[in-house]
Amino acid sequence: MIFKVIKKEELKHLFDVLAAENRVVGPVEAGRDSNGRPIYAFDQVSDFNNICLDYTTTKISAKRYFLPYQEDLAGFRIDGKDWHKKINYNIESPYIFFGLHACDINALNKLDKVLLGSVYPMPYYAAKRKNMFIIGLDCIPQPYCFCRSMGADTALHGFDMFLTDMGGQYFAEILSDTAFNFLKNIKTAEPAYADRMRYIKIIAEKKRKFTVRVDTTDLANILDMEFQSDVWKQWGEKCLACGTCSQVCPTCYCYGVEETVNINFHEAKKTKMLYSCNLIDFAQVAGGHNFRLKRDARLKYRYYHKHRGFVEAYEESLCVGCGRCGEACLAEITVPAVISSVRGEES
Amino acid sequence: MNGKLEFIDILREKEKKYNRQHDFNAFEFTYKAEITTIHKLTQMENLYRVRIIDPEQGKQFSFQPGQFVMLELPGIGEAPFSISSSPLRHGDIELCIRKAGNLTNFLSRVERGTRVGLRGPFGTGFPMEKMEGQNILLIAGGLGLAPLRSAIAYVQANRSRFNTVDIIYGTKDPSQLLFAYQYDVWRADDITLSIIVEEPDTAWKGPAGLITKILEDLFRKKDKTFFKNTYAIVCGPPVMFKFVCTMLSQKDIPMQKMFVSLERRMHCGMGKCCRCNVGSTYTCLKGPVFDYWTVMNLKEAI
Repeated sequence: MIFKVIKKEELKHLFDVLAAENRVVGPVEAGRDSNGRPIYAFDQVSDFNNICLDYTTTKISAKRYFLPYQEDLAGFRIDGKDWHKKINYNIESPYIFFGLHACDINALNKLDKVLLGSVYPMPYYAAKRKNMFIIGLDCIPQPYCFCRSMGADTALHGFDMFLTDMGGQYFAEILSDTAFNFLKNIKTAEPAYADRMRYIKIIAEKKRKFTVRVDTTDLANILDMEFQSDVWKQWGEKCLACGTCSQVCPTCYCYGVEETVNINFHEAKKTKMLYSCNLIDFAQVAGGHNFRLKRDARLKYRYYHKHRGFVEAYEESLCVGCGRCGEACLAEITVPAVISSVRGEES
Repeated sequence: MNGKLEFIDILREKEKKYNRQHDFNAFEFTYKAEITTIHKLTQMENLYRVRIIDPEQGKQFSFQPGQFVMLELPGIGEAPFSISSSPLRHGDIELCIRKAGNLTNFLSRVERGTRVGLRGPFGTGFPMEKMEGQNILLIAGGLGLAPLRSAIAYVQANRSRFNTVDIIYGTKDPSQLLFAYQYDVWRADDITLSIIVEEPDTAWKGPAGLITKILEDLFRKKDKTFFKNTYAIVCGPPVMFKFVCTMLSQKDIPMQKMFVSLERRMHCGMGKCCRCNVGSTYTCLKGPVFDYWTVMNLKEAI
């Protein structure tokens, strides 16, 4: 890895160089909540001053840029009994992500495992993922962040460049030659001994700021053992089955496909829509049988998939601990509370 | 030094020609196929014969009994169906489909000659080659005969490689019996066929009751060595699996020699949409055919 230090005022120059010829997405203030606190969102930005580099967490993850909520998989031209299928991967030009936190980068790395793996890699995702340039950014742990417990508080790969705020300058980790070349546009310096020591100190300080943790020891086994546990029923009673958790989640990729015919009867399309395993008809089959009719069965399945199934398949959890689901949940169901209750810990 | 990112086209030319699991273009690859005949089996079920139009692609399409395809009617929808026909016939398959939802109701009204899309074959099949030299119990409830018929066709084509073959088939009432026109041929191939209906009508001469009743009768006639050398395939509604598989287990048939085929909702068939997950296992990749040991270890499977 190559390391550099970048003076803060130089970052604007880098942004201007990148934004001149590319689409740039970054964290912006989308509004204020009832307490007057800013609500952050990822959006396309053309002015560096609109980017909030000190943002906490966006309400919704950046996934609409690589897993759009709705996306056409194919179009059809219908001609009597015959038809012609046309496939479009829906990408014209690359995106630059300016300021993704480690959790969101790790979310992409996890998605890569299932969506870019050797069995049926998904071209719609690949087309977007391969056309991404990511500048990571360090963060300040919030009261709902448990990424450290999930091993997702540090991003080791999956970005082009990662910045850590050191006061007047950024400590930069450079992972791709694209990033290295872009940096030729601005002034950078080799990190001196003092810079490196300061970086180590800042990282160590950050680790101490986490207030919530999830005990993942033997969690995959515990979830298996406690499949019939009554705590699931209690959480099921609270759950509104609205699917918000999946919508804000950076790693939820489940979807449904629907086909529609154009009013002229000569065209049709096949549309993919992100779904949620908490919605009632998620596992309902034709004829009406529902394999997960009850809310607790569906809520449980979500935990089972994230914290057990994915672990079995890839030896890591599908949760990055960003805490968005708990923050967005109207019933105030949070991952740390659910897992702690399954473990039989007093709350 | 400029700052423009280069666009990367993920589909390289050479990849466009194939339909292999690890190629990006396999994802939405559709065989164009034609419904060549529609055979009405019952009030609710039709047998569709579907042939891939391009002969080269047809040859390329081979499958194992138990595997499924995604059948697509552009603009109407796409759904998974077990292949019901002999694996010896490539690219020319039969699908036994019940009118149960939007797509299948629409399908029951199309004419022969209609062109449909086929993706697949997907999933696991029954390990027919492993079963060679052994006895086979093929146990079907209702529409469960649809995937079993492919295994039956395999057994017929390779009859000399199997010992005794029993089909045990149960339905709600006699009007729902599928493939009645084939029963004589199965029997002629030295396959024992026992049929039971839950609600007999006046014309029904066979036994009445649940499928377990036939199994009890059959088990009484068999000795220990029979069960030692027997494979079983069970297809049917979820409620049937538990009872039948428990009975088979009591006869000491190893759980890894019992196979079931699970039905789940599917939107992709390729381990992406998650709709078919059982516990956290993809039915479309690790199933639909599972051995009973695996099923016992899956949560919420049956």
